[in-house]
Amino acid sequence: MSDYAVIVVGGGHAGCEAAAASARLGVATALITHKFATIGEMSCNPAIGGLGKGHLVREIDALDGLMGHVADAAGIQFRVLNRRKGPAVRGPRAQADRKLYRQAMQAAIATQANLDVIEGEVDDIVVSGGHVSGVRLLDGRMFDTKAVVLTTGTFLRGLIHRGEETTPAGRMGEAPVLGLSTRLEALELALGRLKTGTPARLDGTSIDFSVLEEQPGDTPPEPFSALTAAITTPQVSCHITRTTAQTHKIIADNLHRSAMYSGRISSRGPRYCPSIEDKVVRFADRDSHQIFLEPEGLDDTTIYPNGLSTSLPADVQEAFLRSMPGLEAVRIVRPGYAIEYDYVDPRELRSTLEVKRQPGLYLAGQINGTTGYEEAGAQGLLAGANAALAAAGREALVLSRTESYLGVMVDDLVTRGVTEPYRMFTSRAEFRLHLRADNADQRLTPLGIAIGLVGPERTALFGAKADALGNGKTLLTTLTATPNVARKAGIAVNEDGKSRSAFDLLSYPDVTTADVVRLWPEIAAIPDPVIEQLVVDAQYAVYLERQRDDIAAVRRDEQKPIPDGIDYDSIPGLSMEIRQKLGQFQPQTIAQAQALDGMTPAAVTLLLAVIRRGDLRRAS
Amino acid sequence: MRSGDTIVALSSGTTPSGVAVIRLSGPMVPDLLRATTGIVPEPRRLTLRAIGQDSLLDRGLVAYFPTPHSFTGEDCAELQIHGSPAGVKAVLRLLTQLGARLAEPGEFTRRAFENGKLDLVEIEGLGDLIEAETENQRRQALARFEGGLSSQIDGWRHQLLDLRAEIEARLDFSDEGDVADSLPASFADTIGALQGDISRALASAEHGRITREGIRVALAGAPNAGKSSLLNALARSDIAIVTDEAGTTRDVREVPLDINGQLYILVDLAGLRETDSKAEAEGVRRARLAIDQADLVLWLVAPDITNADAHAPERRPDLRIGTKADMTQTMGVDLHVSSHTGEGIADLLSAIEARGSALAGGEPALISRERDRMALEGAVAALAMAAIQLNAPELAAESLRIASQALERLIGRIDAERVLDRLFSSFCIGK
Repeated sequence: MSDYAVIVVGGGHAGCEAAAASARLGVATALITHKFATIGEMSCNPAIGGLGKGHLVREIDALDGLMGHVADAAGIQFRVLNRRKGPAVRGPRAQADRKLYRQAMQAAIATQANLDVIEGEVDDIVVSGGHVSGVRLLDGRMFDTKAVVLTTGTFLRGLIHRGEETTPAGRMGEAPVLGLSTRLEALELALGRLKTGTPARLDGTSIDFSVLEEQPGDTPPEPFSALTAAITTPQVSCHITRTTAQTHKIIADNLHRSAMYSGRISSRGPRYCPSIEDKVVRFADRDSHQIFLEPEGLDDTTIYPNGLSTSLPADVQEAFLRSMPGLEAVRIVRPGYAIEYDYVDPRELRSTLEVKRQPGLYLAGQINGTTGYEEAGAQGLLAGANAALAAAGREALVLSRTESYLGVMVDDLVTRGVTEPYRMFTSRAEFRLHLRADNADQRLTPLGIAIGLVGPERTALFGAKADALGNGKTLLTTLTATPNVARKAGIAVNEDGKSRSAFDLLSYPDVTTADVVRLWPEIAAIPDPVIEQLVVDAQYAVYLERQRDDIAAVRRDEQKPIPDGIDYDSIPGLSMEIRQKLGQFQPQTIAQAQALDGMTPAAVTLLLAVIRRGDLRRAS
Repeated sequence: MRSGDTIVALSSGTTPSGVAVIRLSGPMVPDLLRATTGIVPEPRRLTLRAIGQDSLLDRGLVAYFPTPHSFTGEDCAELQIHGSPAGVKAVLRLLTQLGARLAEPGEFTRRAFENGKLDLVEIEGLGDLIEAETENQRRQALARFEGGLSSQIDGWRHQLLDLRAEIEARLDFSDEGDVADSLPASFADTIGALQGDISRALASAEHGRITREGIRVALAGAPNAGKSSLLNALARSDIAIVTDEAGTTRDVREVPLDINGQLYILVDLAGLRETDSKAEAEGVRRARLAIDQADLVLWLVAPDITNADAHAPERRPDLRIGTKADMTQTMGVDLHVSSHTGEGIADLLSAIEARGSALAGGEPALISRERDRMALEGAVAALAMAAIQLNAPELAAESLRIASQALERLIGRIDAERVLDRLFSSFCIGK
């Protein structure tokens, strides 16, 4: 008898979603974290969402996860990015009040049924008979379990660089965590090393905002969660300043003192989040870069200067900051730094985020080479759900590239691995027109309801919305007009004698809801959010139709499993290169095998043949 | 690869031939038969029909195999027609215009297999497919175009990457200071220019280099490795027909050979070695160039030459040939031949032929060109679409993605990571 079915180690964004997802599935779950008070801490910039990331938050929400409504409670400036572009690439984003975020997350964890929070430090994972069977804490406490989700962020050989100083980061080097590191080392997982950085935190009372461009949020703010009726937290603005020629000169003159440029850091940092040193060196032709001054909270004067991550010494940081408009007298609350850490090559993982070599152990978040709260939270949800499903002896939850950003991310991770901290971009999703922030619930909530991951409140809400959409769609497709009638109502269509439905007419870029309401007043009865979504569906309908075959093909390949333990060397006809790649990465589905470099259609056919032959032999 | 649609392929060998067999599989087969032969013939009976739609293309034997009793398990048909390249091409084009799609390599087999139609012995045989498909495929596809065009095709990749990076930057990083809100003024022109380039290539794609000029086979090796003797022995063989008088030049001698209907140009090169003689050095330079331009490279190693690999070319030879096998057999080679006794010459010819036919990706060159044509047409259509979608950037981006996908067999795969590479190197991203 286990104490808990699932134990989640770590109380960050991945850990919280993992623990809550496991508990929602009805299994006894424990979240073990150093301190309850640090649950929900935003350790980097105080913002949730954005392009690609906002899509992930909506998907977490669609599966009844926490991040969406926690961010709604804590958000102090909401903006939908790309509002003037098409719906598929719009991403909701919010600045969050750090303290409100922590409070909301802690409240969500504390009130979650089936979930205990245990304060303590995990020293080791206990394995018996090849399967995870428990955890041992530093203070000697032992807990039996069937599955462990490890969400410990950058604790593996973390090293902080600030100018010439280096400090071991996280809890690495202390005796307790060594046990956990040793356990991972014993598994001989492939590890890589990454780097990331943060800017200095500034004292907002020392900044002259009056000279700076103000960036207000949207009115009314659009919430992340389908469960949030309206945002009630007071809203504030961000401000924008710029680097100057003087800033660039100070940085260039002090490059030798930057950890990154003095050769103390050699690991790869994210290309989309370069340090200010990098920007000045690599884009020497730009004389200025925008810097966003983001508030960290309503009753917190700290400012996060987004765009200034650096590993220069503190005195240089102060000097270059003071060369920027509005910051002439700025005081640094905490200097910026760079951090290097080891990550586990995510190709060691199954699509369920279980470690291939250690049944019962799941990894989620930064430890898998990703960056960002949203990427971590989404993985946490998937890992937690799968740990719970496995513990209950149920079928695993694997999400497809064709239905979610979460599916795209996990597939990218487990088939391609990472070379820089992995961040979600909409361009990573080949079915981007289908994977929208506005339809995340329609893509994922039915699945969540089916496996019991979604609670009664959202189930009821979703049912009502699905009905409304269904009725609205029926109405729009049954109302039809001849070209003559449409033209009389001011809608330009070809005089081809073909009747068009209201839905067809809405697919034209210049036809608005008001146009079809003129023709058919009953359409006005469809509630606003419902008709808005139907218009989006209509606009993309022709593209979605075109992609349907591709989606079906990807799906089918994703659903063709490759059994464990195939000896690729014994397959005649596969090239040496392909054999090695297959052996090294052990793809689990035909889709994953296809994603390997150098894989050809014929090689895939051969692989299918071998799998089938295995079936035949087993059967005979 | 996907099932659900209807695929077509020339399933007999290279044309011209006596009879060509065109195979179809998929749900549209009955409709396609009705459209092209006027009837759906009685199952599993050969029926003589006129084939064509608006005009008669050929007369041939038509057989229909309804699901599930067919090779793939789907509705299948075979058209046995005359094996002229033009006739086969016309029938394939008609079928693809009516909605069938040219099959990917191995696709009939894969469908058969997914429907449980293959037995173990047949499955073992699938391994042979792989030989026909290598990373070289792209290079070979390029080789079918005019020499000057292939570097232009490489340029397409760069232009598409630039276009996609430019537009994706506006979608994924619109909140960044470095990314301007609107696309550069030249964006539409670049799309138009690329579309024009590809349309012109489409016009020239009909005349593939390999069919017109033959497959170039370079015979290379150290001096006295036996190149000239081997060339003479190959030319004397009954299997190969010397189609023309050798156009001899001082340092590169070329002999055209017809092997089973395919034209090969055997090229005898100057021996590769270090030399002080200016004239010989020039010969060696030209030989190395000829090796780079060849479709196949045979590297000759003789037992009486020490350190034979010292000046081997960078490019890996397709076959290592041990010459003078009547003296001693050299180790570490693919084939032994003796130009003196004729030993191994027939084997060498069939090895050359096997690799030669693989150059077109294991499929008849005719199909390859048809596929090139469809790739180029697909790209042109997608680019035209992108050009009118610029005020809906996510749709233009989708059309550009479709254009790169269509050109994949020519320009290589452009996945999200490649686009991001380009994006991050040209925009200063990073809040």
